[in-house]
Amino acid sequence: MRFVDEYRSEPEARKFVDAIHGVVTKPWSLMEICGGQTHTLIKSGIDRLLPEQVTLVHGPGCPVCVTPLEQIERALAIARRPEVIFTSFGDMLRVPGTSADLLSVKSQGGDVRIVYSPLDAVKLAEQNPNRQVVFFAVGFETTAPANAMSVWTAHRQGLENFSILCSHVLVPPAMEAILSAPHNQVQGFMAAGHVCAVMGYWQYGPIADKYEIPIVVTGFEPLDLLQGCYMTLKALEEGRSGVENQYTRSVTYEGNRPAQRLLRQVFEPCDRAWRGIGSIPESGYRLRSEYATYDAETRFDVGDIEAAESEECIAGEILQGLRKPHECSAFGSKCTPENPLGAPMVSSEGACAAYYHYGRVKVS
Amino acid sequence: MCLGVPGKVVSIEENPLGMNMGRVSFGGIVKEVCLAYTPEAEIGDYVVVHVGFAISKIDEDEAAKVFEYLREMDELGELEVPQPGEVPGDETRGGAA
Amino acid sequence: MSDKDPLPRFAGSCPIPISDYPMVQMAHGGGGRLSQMLIEKLFVPAFDNPVLENLHDGAVLGLSSGSERSPGQQRLAFSTDSFVVRPLFFPGGDIGSLAVHGTVNDVAMCGAKPMAISAGFILEEGFAMGDLWRIVESMRDAALEAGVWVVTGDTKVVDKGKGDGVYINTTGVGLLRDGVEISPEGASVGDKILINGPIAEHGIAIMSVREGLEFETRLETDSAALYPLVELLLDNLPDDLRVLRDPTRGGVASALNEIAGQSNAGVLLEEDRIPLSEEVRGACEILGFDPLYVANEGKCLAIIAADRAEEALELWRSHRLGAQAAIIGEVVDDHPGRVVLRSSIGGLRVVDMLSGEQLPRIC
Repeated sequence: MRFVDEYRSEPEARKFVDAIHGVVTKPWSLMEICGGQTHTLIKSGIDRLLPEQVTLVHGPGCPVCVTPLEQIERALAIARRPEVIFTSFGDMLRVPGTSADLLSVKSQGGDVRIVYSPLDAVKLAEQNPNRQVVFFAVGFETTAPANAMSVWTAHRQGLENFSILCSHVLVPPAMEAILSAPHNQVQGFMAAGHVCAVMGYWQYGPIADKYEIPIVVTGFEPLDLLQGCYMTLKALEEGRSGVENQYTRSVTYEGNRPAQRLLRQVFEPCDRAWRGIGSIPESGYRLRSEYATYDAETRFDVGDIEAAESEECIAGEILQGLRKPHECSAFGSKCTPENPLGAPMVSSEGACAAYYHYGRVKVS
Repeated sequence: MCLGVPGKVVSIEENPLGMNMGRVSFGGIVKEVCLAYTPEAEIGDYVVVHVGFAISKIDEDEAAKVFEYLREMDELGELEVPQPGEVPGDETRGGAA
Repeated sequence: MSDKDPLPRFAGSCPIPISDYPMVQMAHGGGGRLSQMLIEKLFVPAFDNPVLENLHDGAVLGLSSGSERSPGQQRLAFSTDSFVVRPLFFPGGDIGSLAVHGTVNDVAMCGAKPMAISAGFILEEGFAMGDLWRIVESMRDAALEAGVWVVTGDTKVVDKGKGDGVYINTTGVGLLRDGVEISPEGASVGDKILINGPIAEHGIAIMSVREGLEFETRLETDSAALYPLVELLLDNLPDDLRVLRDPTRGGVASALNEIAGQSNAGVLLEEDRIPLSEEVRGACEILGFDPLYVANEGKCLAIIAADRAEEALELWRSHRLGAQAAIIGEVVDDHPGRVVLRSSIGGLRVVDMLSGEQLPRIC
């Protein structure tokens, strides 16, 4: 596949690995924000190729992992209703609420369906005028324009049986939350390339300056990540801060203007709770008042559902990079992908699941 | 992650709402993709697709940058691996200008 | 799963902790870790016998004395499989041909030549007779091609809404030659791992017509009867063929994990050597799937002594069903019981058993 295969080539990867070994003289902690990057790092074995002195911290960049427990409970409550067709990306089906997940609601007769695109959910609403179609709108800035378009389309078509359960989160406020935490370990960031494809990277300059760190906008293929690692480490070794762009083939400074326009039209920023981290000001999107009628939370009156996290799960600290998955007492015993206590064990790129599946832990 | 996959635009048409929709090929399998956010994309262009939406058009000149970067590193001698016992940055490292 | 502890005696209470799984989940039938748990903790202890304990795709029975192996006695391979595929008709095949191939392949993976199969139909009230006829015709053609007869059967009808149109169970028998000893414990260090062609085609073909995920593709199921490939190996290198397995549900990764566990050996795969069509790659990229976990219905993994592996490869490549065969890895003495893959950029990762079915992901 063009624009995929070129970036999975061993000779070039080897060069970057050697260069990284050549440039690193002391211990550094880097965070890759995005779960997709975590996935590539581990799947291609990059994590094992890097020098011992480099610690990769897996950030909170997976919507599955950061969607708060009460939002999962709301989804379950809506999905159980007989008049509802509950649609979601596949990622959310196994995320544990307090006692169930969407898959188990499905096995008990709830009409839960996986869609590839939010527009498919809109189509379902058209085809099923007597049912309420709800779409679980999770995701970062990358997914938000698609979800905004689904609402805009339903509105243009006058579909009264479509709504979204909105759980959007934004990257820069989360980066700030991590950097300003008292025990912050992160010295450099690889920013999420696809989030930046939509939003641009103008927002990151002030963060890099304020916290005096390097931020490198990075893509998702193995060579992208190796180059991103190298650029970040080189900046750290040279004592430079600021923003650089490794992923120039898809990311520009200003980002995708048409997508940003529709985002502003449909959504507005709001405070948002992150699973395991807590509430971060202005770190999410909610529907603007003009589109409030498409908000499933009010339509099905599930706004006041609350839920408490498992005592044992250290997801919050993991998502902030303060601890590693295998440092959790439940890891691999009480908490496994079949039986997850916390969200990072659910998504294939949740830090815990990635450790579990790809054996980051020394195989005994 | 935001799983974004490069695909090639094979056809474009406007839907009844006036939105650009296209068919995009990923290694030969074809999916319908919304092109509303990449109005500049034409047939034959490559776009990055996430959940059925093109989020950016791939800049083919920029796509070679990774390899150019490696070439520059090579010219600057940054691809030399320090031998055991050498101090990185020491002038014994070959090629550094 | 790699420990060889004797299984606990069946104690009368359900050995799968009710607290974990008060209800059967889809993943219990997904061919991965939960399926394995169900088999090892529930069925094997309950039906406790030495043949079942082999956890083979099929059972091998001595004809005159049950499970005993006395020299010279005729041995029978015996296997059953149920088919609940949706949609019933998919690119390149349907539930009927699949039901024949699935069972004759399980028999073939014991090293036996399939002879006869049974066909049990569970039909839903209101199912279109025309569709049933299409399915039966397709079974007939598949059986003819595989050289087996459908010799016995059964039909039940359930109330409308209680089934997906049609479920099929097939059971197959076949005979083993003298001296053929193929078992999942047979892999030893140095052996090479062969596969007869590109992986993940069946699972992706099914995905392409699954509601909500449809895409245009020329891709078809790889569903096929595999005994001809087994026969090539039995005819030419019977003593060097260690393990056979058709990596269906759970894909190549799950099959190799089972073999690694049962042989207590490590498996090292080379990502670049695993045959994969461009279309399957494209589909796996957009769905966020790992093709190693996607189902196959016409693929055979063979583990062969190192010095005969190239020969086996040539034999397979000479056959239509093995034109794109490849050696994809080897059995190693590191990491016993685990499968490790060397990625295209030279990194290593553990390839674990699949937990639950793969779901399309966006992130």
